[in-house]
Amino acid sequence: MSDLIELDLAAARDGLRAKEFSAVELTEAYLAEMARGEALNCFITQVPERAVEMARASDGRLADGTAGMLEGIPLGIKDLFCTKDVLTTAASHILDGFTPAYESTVSANLWGAGAVLLGKLNLDEFAMGSSNETSYYGGVVNPWRRKDDDAPLVPGGSSGGSAAAVAARLCLAATGTDTGGSIRQPGALTGTVGMKPTYGRCSRWGIVAFASSLDQAGPMTRSVRDAAILLQAMAGHDTMDSTSVDRPVPDYSAALTGDIRGLRVGIPAEYRVDGMPPEIEKLWQAGQQWLRDGGAELIDINLPHTKYALPAYYIVAPAEASSNLARYDGVKYGLRMPGKDLIEMYENTRAEGFGAEVKRRILIGTYVLSAGYYDAYYLRAQRVRTLIAEDFRAAYDKVDVILTPTTPGPAFAIGARTDDPISMYLNDVFTVPANLAGLPGISVPAGLSESGLPLGLQLIGRAFDEETLFRAAGVLEQAAGFAARPQTWWKD
Amino acid sequence: MSIEEIYDAKHDAGGELIAGATGDWEIIIGMEVHAQIASRAKLFSGAPTDFGGEPNDHVSLVDAAMPGMLPVINNFCVEQAVRTGLGLKAEINLYSVFDRKNYFYPDLPQGYQISQFKYPIVGRGEVRVDLPDGGTRVVRIERLHLEQDAGKSLHDQHPSMSYVDLNRSGVALMEIVSQPDIRSAEEATLYLEKLRTILRYLGTCDGNMQEGSMRADINVSVRKPGTSLGTRCEIKNVNSMRFIRQAIDYEARRQIDILEDGGEIHQETRLYDPGKGETRAMRSKEESHDYRYFPDPDLLPLELTQPWVDDIARGLPELPDEKKARFIDAFGLSPYDASVLVAERETADFYEAVARGRDPKIAANWVITNLFGALNEIGKTIAESPVSAEQLGSLLDLLADKTLSSRLAKDVFEIMFETGDDPQKIVEDRGLKQVTDTGAIEAAIDRVMAENPDKVEEVKAGKDKLLGWFVGQVMKATQGKANPQIVNEMLRGKFDL
Repeated sequence: MSDLIELDLAAARDGLRAKEFSAVELTEAYLAEMARGEALNCFITQVPERAVEMARASDGRLADGTAGMLEGIPLGIKDLFCTKDVLTTAASHILDGFTPAYESTVSANLWGAGAVLLGKLNLDEFAMGSSNETSYYGGVVNPWRRKDDDAPLVPGGSSGGSAAAVAARLCLAATGTDTGGSIRQPGALTGTVGMKPTYGRCSRWGIVAFASSLDQAGPMTRSVRDAAILLQAMAGHDTMDSTSVDRPVPDYSAALTGDIRGLRVGIPAEYRVDGMPPEIEKLWQAGQQWLRDGGAELIDINLPHTKYALPAYYIVAPAEASSNLARYDGVKYGLRMPGKDLIEMYENTRAEGFGAEVKRRILIGTYVLSAGYYDAYYLRAQRVRTLIAEDFRAAYDKVDVILTPTTPGPAFAIGARTDDPISMYLNDVFTVPANLAGLPGISVPAGLSESGLPLGLQLIGRAFDEETLFRAAGVLEQAAGFAARPQTWWKD
Repeated sequence: MSIEEIYDAKHDAGGELIAGATGDWEIIIGMEVHAQIASRAKLFSGAPTDFGGEPNDHVSLVDAAMPGMLPVINNFCVEQAVRTGLGLKAEINLYSVFDRKNYFYPDLPQGYQISQFKYPIVGRGEVRVDLPDGGTRVVRIERLHLEQDAGKSLHDQHPSMSYVDLNRSGVALMEIVSQPDIRSAEEATLYLEKLRTILRYLGTCDGNMQEGSMRADINVSVRKPGTSLGTRCEIKNVNSMRFIRQAIDYEARRQIDILEDGGEIHQETRLYDPGKGETRAMRSKEESHDYRYFPDPDLLPLELTQPWVDDIARGLPELPDEKKARFIDAFGLSPYDASVLVAERETADFYEAVARGRDPKIAANWVITNLFGALNEIGKTIAESPVSAEQLGSLLDLLADKTLSSRLAKDVFEIMFETGDDPQKIVEDRGLKQVTDTGAIEAAIDRVMAENPDKVEEVKAGKDKLLGWFVGQVMKATQGKANPQIVNEMLRGKFDL
């Protein structure tokens, strides 16, 4: 039974259809792994009974020939997606006891395709963080460790629970959300594939909002093909999200032709940042060579406003967050801390309910939107954003896809950067520009650091050209041949 | 001098002045009217907008600001705002943006109100207000924007807690902002009435102030005529015409007293207390909220096309100003009568149905004097009138073909108003038909003359005035049914006058 968890999503799907094993068997195999993986703290909520029930229903549909695209596939869902009748926390104390009466569009799409819910995955509180250390439910531990070193490492964030669970085989695949790199960065730090689609490709309806103009859901998987399959089911137009785009969803798996002859790949000079570790530079060079070997043409490009992306992001995202999080006031749902009057109730509730990083961002956001500061910060950041989008538009006149490292370095030790928000924010330096421009990006595991930790390469594509992105990523994945696996120390 | 002030100076003729100890003062008023859009669903959710119902009956997940919920614009509300803008002769902005106005309050579940700040959907327009002296005050409209209403806090349901009713949360409002062109409390109510008339013609707001469909914030300042504008105070949420008049008069007096005592006015928000008949400070400018407006990232900018707007313009009904002009030009009505008739679309329609193919002035007279008078007495509206336009028209026909005298017509009208019966039926059932048969009238005249030989002699001796007395007697003898004109003519014939 335990080798069932070795099958990737595509293989598991085929095995289920061929009746080599049942959906219940597959689900139970993962439930067993989840039970053994408690030390990783990947899940905030597990729903084993519901999972078996869903798997049983899947077996019925597999038997009567009404199976969906993801029939019987056991998934973990980032606990930012509202799930009907299942506790939804956003990893925040302030949503204590919040059980939605509704299902997010993306997760509803997955259940409609036959997928099975294993549980809700840990994350940084309200998706604010790059290490999963801001969760009210405790940090997630990266299944990877440095060679000859037992120090626990972060899995990245904010979708750290999703990345770690996929890497440790606690679920077949997972959903994540990416506001500034929250899918791609943990993907890179855990040796998994993390894909952020074009803004508007997946509905945001029912996903707890962090920064509305940047948030986008995406798949987190073991392979590029799995990501293509999962996105296929997640994506689509939704009339309940005004920013969702009404375009047909192409067959992403069909795009994985392995043929990138003539593909023009841009290498942006500005991503060669000061102090970038040589191993990252080396990996990037390797990636370029792999694509060249596949028949792609490499073209040097400039994205001149890249250095302003991170500062602009840390204005726009907190500004939107400060407003989005105003609804958590103790009046309607979640935590309420009493006070002698209304104002004191607000103060007590929000002081108790939000963690330090969330408070920091609410304060930054409130400040940059204040009268007298709005033009200097928010408006200017929005202009920078336009310029960054313009940079990409100009680049895509010359190239089809852009190759960069995903992160400036591998996973770091838990606690190593919690006292230094700026160095924490720098984790997102390569991922943030795609969010600001609304472009799709994917991180593919491409090699190991000197310390034996996974590193990722990122491809950024044209808006709504996920197909080219998957095609190039497939070739990169193939060439990199990343087969390393973490030691399963958590099972001991 | 700014352009505003130049306009202001030109515009100022005819304002009503208030006498103070140091001379006359002028009141300057601008209004922000919140008009609830007539729409079955809310601005950003599908929840119904029905008035009443149990608390929190009409609340969707979006209205309650549940996590992950997103607003989706109700296109019908947009159409209503554009229709209103066109009715106010205003610029329609093909590009407008929804912003978030951020503040904490329990009846504001999102922690922000979705409104339009920098780029409203409607720009400058105007409302022409007819003044009692026959003049017209043109009140310029600064802008109209779309926004959500908040819920309602209920403080009287529990000894230590407040309850929140979110039925109104998310209901679509149009905020219509005027320039400070209004010059008296009376003008303010006339402006509001005119605005309400226009909105009701357009069908974009029912204008019901009791139910809160229309509420006004009033900006009041005072100045010596010819000087520049004074510091204003805003009186929030006044919800009846009477309170508006009282609040403005109180506030103007308060400001004049302060200024005449050598004090100065502080810009602040004030509340009108109808119980005490006074306004009192709510918060000053210094304590005012920083609303941290920014474009709502959940909503795309609202982009309209000119053909779509033109389509709405083509479907616009005839508006009160145009209707009034037509009533004056085509029907020869006085401006006053025309104003009265166009104040409600239903009244104007009623009048036109009565006037069609008949003497328009007589029709106007009957609708205004007789019908309105009778309706007023029993407190009913034109829609509830027991006499239909068709019936009133038939009555006028009976008057025109001399079947009824005007006296008889009034009697018949009273019966119609009581019973709802057709005039023909009443005339036949009660034998009220005017007698135009000269034989019958002559017989009656002969009888009266025979019974009063002395009076006949007096007339013959030159006392013409007695002729009226004879007419009266003949009318009496015919139970009022004789055509008085014929009676008069025949009497004159008898006396050779």
